[in-house]
Amino acid sequence: MDTKDLDAKSYTDFLKRYIETRDEQALYGAEQVSKSFIKNQISPEEIVHLHIQSLLEIYPEIQDQIQLSMNFLLEAMIAYGLAHQEYQLLREKQLRIKSEIDVAAGMQSMLMQSEVPNTDELDIGVISVPANQMNGDYHHFVKGKDGAISIAIADIIGKGIPAALSMSMIKYAMDSFPESEMSTNAILASLNRVVERNVDPSMFITMFYAQYKPDTGKLYYSSAGHEPGFYYSNKTKSFHEFEAKGLVLGVDPDTTYVQSEIDIEKDDMVILLTDGVTECRKGDTFIERDELLEVIKTYMHLPAQDIVNHVYRYFERIQNFQLRDDFTLVILKKVV
Amino acid sequence: MNSQSCVSIQKEWDIVAARQMGREIAKQLGFGTVDQARITTAISELARNIYLYAGEGQICFEIVETLEQKGMTIVATDSGPGIEDLSLVMQDGYTTSGGLGAGLPGVRRLMDDFDMESEVGHGTRIVTTKWVR
Ligand SMILES: Nc1ncnc2c1ncn2[C@@H]1O[C@H](COP(=O)(O)OP(=O)(O)O)[C@@H](O)[C@H]1O
Ligand SMILES: [Mg+2]
Repeated sequence: MDTKDLDAKSYTDFLKRYIETRDEQALYGAEQVSKSFIKNQISPEEIVHLHIQSLLEIYPEIQDQIQLSMNFLLEAMIAYGLAHQEYQLLREKQLRIKSEIDVAAGMQSMLMQSEVPNTDELDIGVISVPANQMNGDYHHFVKGKDGAISIAIADIIGKGIPAALSMSMIKYAMDSFPESEMSTNAILASLNRVVERNVDPSMFITMFYAQYKPDTGKLYYSSAGHEPGFYYSNKTKSFHEFEAKGLVLGVDPDTTYVQSEIDIEKDDMVILLTDGVTECRKGDTFIERDELLEVIKTYMHLPAQDIVNHVYRYFERIQNFQLRDDFTLVILKKVV
Repeated sequence: MNSQSCVSIQKEWDIVAARQMGREIAKQLGFGTVDQARITTAISELARNIYLYAGEGQICFEIVETLEQKGMTIVATDSGPGIEDLSLVMQDGYTTSGGLGAGLPGVRRLMDDFDMESEVGHGTRIVTTKWVR
């Protein structure tokens, strides 16, 4: 007997037993058989048919009305069975697509990964988590010959695959720049022209670009419409928003950017982020930027990587473990 | 051996007549209740499409017999507007009825063999067969 016949036989047995004894165990049996039906892709109309056959086997004298009503039910189940088959096919297709995207996402994160540079002066922590499978946020670090550390953090309006693909382009464009020899505003200006020429006009990319130079002890930075980050001054024990204005990338090829600078002292901290961090939502309300700073304060004494991990976990939790946007947070602590 | 009977489709009521004739033939050929119901559903879908999109046409039934097997062929023809993109309408979930599972992909699934020809402005011809198991 194949599984189909076996299932049919147990269906009949359980049905008979149930009618005779109203036994819960028989109903439990029905549940098990039903799972087997699903597994073996038995359609609803076939189950109704089986039911009719079983009834006839147990009660050969069954009333016409009952049998006819069952035929009627069988007819009514045909469309349902088709819809179910379609659903199963779409489900398989969906799984296939998902696993393809998983592979692509893995490739993307490998291509885009940027190692945190080793420096004696800065303690650097970074976390970047996509809301869906592919990340539309981008960040990278470059260490120059003179020990200068460059940090780019970028966000694309939009998420998912198109966003991720555009970000790959940003990466390859930047790889061709002699970054540590360029000023932060010159980098944004060059990148702006690349984006303007190559990225769909409906997509906007924002970027914050910062460079720390050990010889001057300053952080130089420029922004292309990016969510402003913060710096923490240990002297005044206070957080300040970076003030940097600049048009988002890709809108106007002739846009220019300005470079600003601040002194960074021991135990100061630089916080760079994407709007996935500040636009975390608690229910229907956005979190306040102050709330972010409160959370950072709580963990400020820890190494930079631990701070970003804790902040991420905090926001992941208040969003019920479902990120609505890609989340990237970079924290630099000046340690000497 | 080859015999043919047809129902012409003009009014919604004719769909029922086509179903009835189809079911009779399926029963005589020895199809089980489940297959009878499947064949009838396929007839309904084809006849409804004629009624809805072409206005009028025909549903014909043929009994086909080879050495090994016996089956029933439904031939749906009309001289309506035709279908432009056949691959598109055969995609699951395309139907305007929206994911109710039936439609032309449903017909293909209910039956064993399925073939379709259509010329825009000239009409559509669908031939589909189910074999007695
Ligand atoms: N006989 C026909 N003549 C012209 N167009 C048709 C015909 N049959 C189907 N179509 C077109 O193909 C589409 C898909 O048909 P179908 O799969 O039956 O789904 P539905 O009827 O629910 O839209 C119809 O919306 C119609 O545009
Ligand atoms: Mg239809």
